[in-house]
Amino acid sequence: MTDPVLSVQGLTVEIPGRRGILRPVDDVSFDIAAGEILGVVGESGAGKSMTGNAVIGLLDPPARISAGQVMLKGEPIHTTKGDAIRRIRGKRMGMIFQDPLTSLNPLLTIGDQLTETILQHLDVSEPEARRRAMTALDDVGIPAVEDRIDSYPHQFSGGMRQRVVIALALCAEPEVVIADEPTTALDVSVQAQVLALLKRLCREKGLAVMLITHDMGVIAETADRVAVMYAGRMAELGPVRDVVTVAHHPYTAGLMASTPDASRGEARLRQIPGSMPRLGNLPAGCPFHPRCDRVGEKCRHDPRPDLSVDGGRAACWFPLTEKAET
Amino acid sequence: MLAFTIRRVGQSILVLLVTGFVAFSMFTYVGDPIDNMLGQERTQADIERLRDQLGLDQPFFVQYWNFLKEAAQGNFGLSYRQGRPVGEILVERLPATLELAFVSGLMALIGGIGLGIFTAIRKSGALSSSIMALSLIGVSLPTFLIGVLLIYIFAVELGWLPSFGRGQVVDLGFWTTGFLTVSGLKALILPAITLGLYQMTLIMRLVRTEMLEVLRTDYIRFARARGLRERAINFRHALKNTLVPVITVTGLQLGSIIAFAIITETVFQWPGVGLLFINAIQFVDIPVMAAYLMMISVMFVGINLIVDLLYFAIDPRLRVDRSAAKGH
Repeated sequence: MTDPVLSVQGLTVEIPGRRGILRPVDDVSFDIAAGEILGVVGESGAGKSMTGNAVIGLLDPPARISAGQVMLKGEPIHTTKGDAIRRIRGKRMGMIFQDPLTSLNPLLTIGDQLTETILQHLDVSEPEARRRAMTALDDVGIPAVEDRIDSYPHQFSGGMRQRVVIALALCAEPEVVIADEPTTALDVSVQAQVLALLKRLCREKGLAVMLITHDMGVIAETADRVAVMYAGRMAELGPVRDVVTVAHHPYTAGLMASTPDASRGEARLRQIPGSMPRLGNLPAGCPFHPRCDRVGEKCRHDPRPDLSVDGGRAACWFPLTEKAET
Repeated sequence: MLAFTIRRVGQSILVLLVTGFVAFSMFTYVGDPIDNMLGQERTQADIERLRDQLGLDQPFFVQYWNFLKEAAQGNFGLSYRQGRPVGEILVERLPATLELAFVSGLMALIGGIGLGIFTAIRKSGALSSSIMALSLIGVSLPTFLIGVLLIYIFAVELGWLPSFGRGQVVDLGFWTTGFLTVSGLKALILPAITLGLYQMTLIMRLVRTEMLEVLRTDYIRFARARGLRERAINFRHALKNTLVPVITVTGLQLGSIIAFAIITETVFQWPGVGLLFINAIQFVDIPVMAAYLMMISVMFVGINLIVDLLYFAIDPRLRVDRSAAKGH
């Protein structure tokens, strides 16, 4: 593998609270190469979005990075502040938000929002910025760009708006894109289009994409590698094909089993028993053990495992190594 | 847009008719103007004659109808007290009130929006906390008390500013203005602060709340994630969205500045229409009261209309969508 564009090592986010310090992200490490999509998956509250926000430096205080590194092309950016990080945001790292209905300023035309961003980061004239804005819209598949560039966000449908959001995130030609649940708010049919678009742009422009989602189906379709998060920690990391074929971590296996699959023809959707523990109240040992069907003594008492116990693949003492029966 | 404007104007006229009716019907209970107009040595015959002359012996609806008929032609009758046409008196008094309202309105708008933005952006600073605390005084102290306090400090104790009147005015023929002389400007300061302080603190608190709300929205987060400058985010993205709801309240507040001027004008003996109205009430000068109330309602209704039209200018979502080619 070539040198990663984005490299996150041991990233830990802390929120000081009245009852002690919470760690919504705890010792998370991953790399993303150019032209690669890393899917980050997990239940609500697993720390996926928090990881994304930490990488781009948009944590809401009092949350802060307390340990670890974020490297962009070998250059540490987790300590960068103020104007310097502002110049990285948008210019070198773009972010796509979940809800296209609320991510665009309703009172400015999409052309204004695009040219504003381009002028902020690139040293170009105003007509040139507008020309680039049109190219950016064209790139994401907005038809009749000439007519639409001076439209307001409310004049677009949800799927089109998400395309505009993607154009906005990419208009200053960043190297890394963090897509935080980019399709969750969209219709299923539009979802597939937007994911295909994201995949195409990633390949064409050599972007490093961090795709945050709770939908295992989205990951299987779009991502090259997958990072499964549970309670702020990495549960499993590996190439999508391998993970989908044989999930090593019981949590990943559970997630996969609870994805609807018409071919299985089951009346009820499978689910993982219980729910994710609250951050202030993590169980001792492996945080997943109360919900795990393979739990052993080691899981309850030994310090929590990390990925190294399974050769860098799964944070589990007793990883599954054969395809589970479904 | 045109249809909307016509409909709104139609509604406005209806509102005016109703206000006029309510106001007019209340005057029947204020007292009998005849008592004040004729001296002690009046005879029953005098009273009957005057009553007949003024049309006060006619039924209420006839009186109202006559009032409307005349008012539509710009004729509000003669003042019972001064014996001059009411329209003339109002026009003479209006510049004083409008100048006062203009200065306090401007102060309230600029100060309110400016401080509102400041306290929203620096929401945890010591300075904005003190501004917020002080603003409570502005909201909670009654206007007349502020006026009296200001007079005590700046006129009585310090002797810097006059405590009453308009100072030297310049007559421009159609308008008398206090803006052109030093004493006129000095006389304007205290009443303008008194009248505008409440509105200013109100607008400030409103702008702050709205702005904090807007700064939490996704599109501001997204603007931040695109690396836009703080200044662009605050003033280009956030402020415009803040102003939409602020305009409504501000518009109504500007209307009430003119209405509230009654109290301020009384405290400072400011020779405007508010003071005229108070004097008219004491004398049961019905034509003056009626004309004043009609004038205030015309202003309120007019401001409301302007506010509605301003929405269209600011918010594209309300504009008629001609290029309505919806995406898919």
